[in-house]
Amino acid sequence: MLENIRLSLQGILSHKVRSILTMLGIIIGIAAIIAIVSTIKGTNEQIKNNLIGSGNNAVAVQLYQNDYPYDFSYQDTPDGIQVVSDDIKKQISEFDEIESVSFYRTRTYCDNVYYKKNQFDGAMFGIDSNYFNTAGYQIQKGRGFTSNEYNNSAKVVILDSTAVKSLFSSEDPIGQTIDIGTEPFVVIGIAIESNPFEPVINSEEDYWTYMQSSSGKMFIPSKSWSIAYKYDEPESCLAKAVDTDSMPTVGKKVSDILNTTIQITDNSEDQVKYQSEDILGQAKSLQDLSSSTNTMLIWIASISLLVGGIGVMNIMLVSVTERTREIGLKKALGAKKRRILIQFLTEASVLTSIGGIIGVGIGIGLAQLISKIASVPVSISSISIVVSVIFSMIVGIVFGLIPSVKASNLNPIDALRYE
Amino acid sequence: MLIELNNICKSYYQGKDAVPVLFDISLNVDEGEYLAIMGPSGSGKSTLMNIIGLLDLQTSGLYKFDGQDVGKCTDNQLSVIRNKKIGFVFQNFNLLPRQSIVENVALPLLYAGVKKKERTERAKEMLVRVGLEERMSFKPTQLSGGQKQRVAIARAMVTHPRMLLADEPTGALDTNSGEQVMKLFHELNNEGVTIVMITHEHEIANHASRIVTIRDGRLEQGGFTEKDSKQEDNVL
Repeated sequence: MLENIRLSLQGILSHKVRSILTMLGIIIGIAAIIAIVSTIKGTNEQIKNNLIGSGNNAVAVQLYQNDYPYDFSYQDTPDGIQVVSDDIKKQISEFDEIESVSFYRTRTYCDNVYYKKNQFDGAMFGIDSNYFNTAGYQIQKGRGFTSNEYNNSAKVVILDSTAVKSLFSSEDPIGQTIDIGTEPFVVIGIAIESNPFEPVINSEEDYWTYMQSSSGKMFIPSKSWSIAYKYDEPESCLAKAVDTDSMPTVGKKVSDILNTTIQITDNSEDQVKYQSEDILGQAKSLQDLSSSTNTMLIWIASISLLVGGIGVMNIMLVSVTERTREIGLKKALGAKKRRILIQFLTEASVLTSIGGIIGVGIGIGLAQLISKIASVPVSISSISIVVSVIFSMIVGIVFGLIPSVKASNLNPIDALRYE
Repeated sequence: MLIELNNICKSYYQGKDAVPVLFDISLNVDEGEYLAIMGPSGSGKSTLMNIIGLLDLQTSGLYKFDGQDVGKCTDNQLSVIRNKKIGFVFQNFNLLPRQSIVENVALPLLYAGVKKKERTERAKEMLVRVGLEERMSFKPTQLSGGQKQRVAIARAMVTHPRMLLADEPTGALDTNSGEQVMKLFHELNNEGVTIVMITHEHEIANHASRIVTIRDGRLEQGGFTEKDSKQEDNVL
């Protein structure tokens, strides 16, 4: 076999121009497919990363009504929702798929927070000691809450950097006093995300898809929530899954167990229920959208492979005719049909495989070029490279079959006499 | 008896018309014989040689090669017999131009399933045998006609076949090179290799121990006369 491949390479090299022209169809087809697949994959990874945030894998389970998150900023506490018991919290924290879990209260918009005359219009979080770890925050400046502060309704607050920007101009926020409700809270620290969530924004649509509140977040200990708001406001759960793929499972299991605590008061769709945001589902539907348009392109590229294959068949037929004498001689010297067949099949598939490999190279280059020019992300997968090369090899075998059978069926005497 | 041809007929088809080429040929060749088949062009001598060399099958008649009925063999079996028992030498050498002469000589061993190392060794031995030890790495295009034909003979003999079948082996060579080739044939024949040679040159045919002539598809001289044929030919 190695001998056959060596001979094929020899043959291909002795007709360089012809070989390259023959490969051209395969090269173009494979290059196009690699470029398209890389672009699809890149876009999909970007969508996934933008929605999930890279690597944090945190799932928020909160109350929903009619498929919208229940917003305590505008709505009263719903009936039948109990404060989550320690027992349930413990059960949740013991799930295998969960790395860490935190319970928190939140308002997406608060109208009662001021620093001097500046009103804060971001989100307020009442958090437990696991929150920063679970959500992926770290203290950038100042300090975090002490367990004493967590347990004793201390009037202390931590800001994220966006909140700092929106409230303080140049002064150091640490030690300043913010009014929440009418109570004074002391700023003790500034928190930032460990892996800042920075969606890649390529278009206006992306902006609206990914951008969140831009006014920042404030954190106070959960026990202190009742100072500013209602003490019995239901908690949401933030669970960090062990990996991205477990996120839907975690979301489902946590909402299921939390929903057992609800006393159903309304059997209609208005019933408030715990639910997790199906981020992977969202990502998938966005990905499907981008994939479906590109699948068409792959079909078009496949036509180029078909044309390339026919080109290979054509040139192999010419090659068989040209080498009639050689085939006749080999048969006279004792080569069996099978050997001649394999020789020509090897030659066709080596030809198309080289075409495929060159195509992969050009495809990768093309993908990088697309990513530069159109600022679309690309991700080159090794699987698509391997599949492309194998596929081009198969194209060679399929389209090399007719010429090879023709060669192997040559009568040695006709072949030797051929001039 | 190595070759037994009994009432061999061969026709080619041009469209629907059968064109007879060989008529009722019977010929026996013993192991170790040196036979020349003579005849003008178009007489059917090449067709006869193709049949003897198992490159073509007779239309009717019985051909036994080394005791085996050739008409009953499959394509693959014929390939194996050609590979192991027959060595071919052609007028125009038929060497593969892109491969070195060692690779050319080793080719039949490849089809015989011999390992690469042994193939190369045996091919080199044969090249030494035909006096080309200094040109082993050459390509056929770098050799003279006589040298090419010696490579072809090395290739024919590398599997140690029972019979060497030569079609106008000196047809493309000058007298000197032709003589060298004939000398090699004699040596091989003396070692016991059966040689069947086709030629239209009397001088070349005279190297054989027996000559048969074919004309218009029929064997003219009986296939069994011996020795005196040389003198007869000289007279003719």
